[in-house]
Amino acid sequence: MPDIDIDAQGTTLLLMGNEAIARGALEAGVGFVASYPGTPSSEILPAIAGVAKRRGIYTEWSVNEMVAMMVAAGASLGGIRAMATMKQNGTNVALDFIATLVQRGLRGGGGLVLVSCDDPGQRNSPNEQDTRPVAKWLDIPLLEPGDFQEAKDMTKWLFDLSEELDTFCMLRCVSKISHTRGNVKLGQLLNKEKKAHFDLDRPRRPVNPHAAVHEKLDKAQEKFEASPFNWYVGPDRAELLVITCGSCWLHSQEAVRLLEVEDKVGILKLGTLWPLPEKFVEKHLNKSQKVLFVEEVDPFLERSVMELAASLPPDSPRPTFYGKRSGHIPAYGELNPDMVIKAIASIMGLSYQPRDMDYGKKAEVFSKSDVIMRSGSLCAGCPHRASYWAIKNAFKLDGRLGFATADNGCVSAGLGAGGFFVAKTAYAMGSGAAVADGLGKLGQFGFDQPVLGGVGDSTFYHAGIPALLNAVWNKSNFTLIVYDNMATAMTGFQPHPGTGETAMGDPAEAVSIEAICRSMGVRVEICDPFNLENTMATLLDVMKDESDGPRVVVMRHECELIRARREGPPYKVYVVPERCLGDACGCDRLCTRVFCCPGLVWNEKMGKSEIDEVICSGCGLCADICPQGAIVREASLPQHRELEQEILG
Amino acid sequence: MMKTLIKDPLNLIVIGVAGQGNVVTSLLMCNALVTEGYLVTFGQSYPAQQRGGPVVNYIRVSKQYQCSPIIPQGHADIIVGMEPVEALRMLVQYGNPNVITMVNPRPIPSIDIAGSKTGYPSLDKLMEDIEKLSAKTLVVNATEEAQKLGNVLMANVILIGALIGSGLLPLERKSLEPVLQERFPKAFEANMAAFDKGVELVRQEK
Repeated sequence: MPDIDIDAQGTTLLLMGNEAIARGALEAGVGFVASYPGTPSSEILPAIAGVAKRRGIYTEWSVNEMVAMMVAAGASLGGIRAMATMKQNGTNVALDFIATLVQRGLRGGGGLVLVSCDDPGQRNSPNEQDTRPVAKWLDIPLLEPGDFQEAKDMTKWLFDLSEELDTFCMLRCVSKISHTRGNVKLGQLLNKEKKAHFDLDRPRRPVNPHAAVHEKLDKAQEKFEASPFNWYVGPDRAELLVITCGSCWLHSQEAVRLLEVEDKVGILKLGTLWPLPEKFVEKHLNKSQKVLFVEEVDPFLERSVMELAASLPPDSPRPTFYGKRSGHIPAYGELNPDMVIKAIASIMGLSYQPRDMDYGKKAEVFSKSDVIMRSGSLCAGCPHRASYWAIKNAFKLDGRLGFATADNGCVSAGLGAGGFFVAKTAYAMGSGAAVADGLGKLGQFGFDQPVLGGVGDSTFYHAGIPALLNAVWNKSNFTLIVYDNMATAMTGFQPHPGTGETAMGDPAEAVSIEAICRSMGVRVEICDPFNLENTMATLLDVMKDESDGPRVVVMRHECELIRARREGPPYKVYVVPERCLGDACGCDRLCTRVFCCPGLVWNEKMGKSEIDEVICSGCGLCADICPQGAIVREASLPQHRELEQEILG
Repeated sequence: MMKTLIKDPLNLIVIGVAGQGNVVTSLLMCNALVTEGYLVTFGQSYPAQQRGGPVVNYIRVSKQYQCSPIIPQGHADIIVGMEPVEALRMLVQYGNPNVITMVNPRPIPSIDIAGSKTGYPSLDKLMEDIEKLSAKTLVVNATEEAQKLGNVLMANVILIGALIGSGLLPLERKSLEPVLQERFPKAFEANMAAFDKGVELVRQEK
């Protein structure tokens, strides 16, 4: 896999949607890219960061998305083409700035593009949302790629459009484009020298900024009417017209092919979503009496086109509209080809049999008897498991019905079996600290349960600091746990202000979490959660601390996946079968059932626990929890690690 | 040079458990296919956490279409299961009477069954189910062989070797060499040995 700045115009590569976006920015001569990691957007910035130095580009992981958008706007002010990339929730964080920026315009600055990646089905997000309405709400020109080629081509074009309209532009991309891969034919890289300068005589702010934005949108609409990102495939007169965008364009084509209705169903694929190219859409609305909208997540096109239809002259044809409103397409969640097949078949009265009926029945029987559930969990060796185990036991010993709040990232596992259900809530970045802060102020209402607020290390810098500051100022009585695994682990180990490294791999001053907390006058304890006894004692002590204001416990232990890249397992861990009493022990399978480490396995035949050596990371924590001392950890020698490092890359 | 596909689009599913490392190797294969001139869509579904849940790779190879990143139900042509329950899970959803299944029979238990009465299903029964739902079943002891080679992650390359050795994909050993060389410069020989092991294992199965 060559680097994305390969100078090979016309060559076709297999690119992830996010890599295609990065390539598009390079082809546009981007000079400045800022981001905060968030699935499904996380790969855009590293793709550019990896080639930034030799291309004369600056990239950074910003401390949060609002700052990312602001610094990118700063670069644009200096005349440099800039981009900010983030996930849906990040766009929410940046919204306050975005809402004003759009009404100021770029005033001659460098092209500015916001890439917002949505996660339909919320596979990797705390919520499901559609960011397209942001564009409509705040007057931002919006494009969405329908395949991998477009992810590149649109990004590139948006920089031109942004400069031409003098406003920042937005690309919305869904998981099934951002995080999947397909063919992309490369264009030419723009190798123009970049010289930054802030023009003191730049155009003045418009007298009526909101009116000025509307003028820009009118111009954008005019351009969109003839955009190559919108097209129609199908017969001149169609029994059914499908209007779609994003990855649903790929699903829709698939559905039409499998139903063999290419001569009856037309597809209008839109790439310029806001403002809607109304004349173009109107022309195609006349093609059919029936229109089906296929899109993720909200009925964005559906409502925009229905608005358009309602404003057409009374003698215009009135097609019947199908989609989320009619119930033919699910109102939420990620779509797939089968859902589109079902919708088209139902509207057209077709029957569709995906496979042999008997086969399906047989498969169902086997599914019920032999397909077990497989939930994701904390990794073998994860320090959060140790932290949650200590918290679970500390709550029990404390006896006052204590509970924890969790936050985004791996820390959110505290809500589930892998985190022993110690955490009761998780919402947005920083809320693990701030909602605990709120609970900590309930003493006057008789609230007497200990609360352990929680944030990960990256989240602490992102949004935890103001929450803690608020708690100090207002003397809230709770303990903030910072689950510091020294990485932004869930999104792929990106550096943050505490790791001592920047996005471009340069050394940076590591900003100490405890130093920040202590500067606010907070009592700070630091524990290695693998030292269970000490951690539990510390937790019990801070929960009993009667002094005004919050306490902080930093649970510090490096993410196991990072450690394992560098060195071999610290211990060889095994179960001594003679010591494991199995179900006769009375521990109720503490290690395999309760502890929830994927490396511990219940051996049905022997009626005892054992270690799966393929999965075990050798952390040795389980040796401390077995009441019989049946789990043994021995210091291990590095074996085969060199080879393993190379295989892991 | 493009060859004739056994079907167009050719729909391949590679499934494993997060942490088994099936993404990197699937990707190498897809890169080789694009270099040969095919239109490839590589879709993924994976759990939020880094480990534990099923990771599905949908690979779609065509001379005509950039396909959807999700294979429609009942439309898999080949299923490569890094784990037996996962292979069966995919057959239930995407299998059909013509599907060919390649399976690594090494179970990975799940945290959901730990402590439950039923436990992990019987491996014999699982393999029987898989055979009944497949036109052809190829059993490749990839984890076991990889452990002999010194690293369990090699199981991925063994399975790719087996897949290409089976002749189901329009690829040859030499199309994989450059991508493996680039990805694993220092462990290239070890990976090619694993690849050849896979070819050898599938010959015995055929």
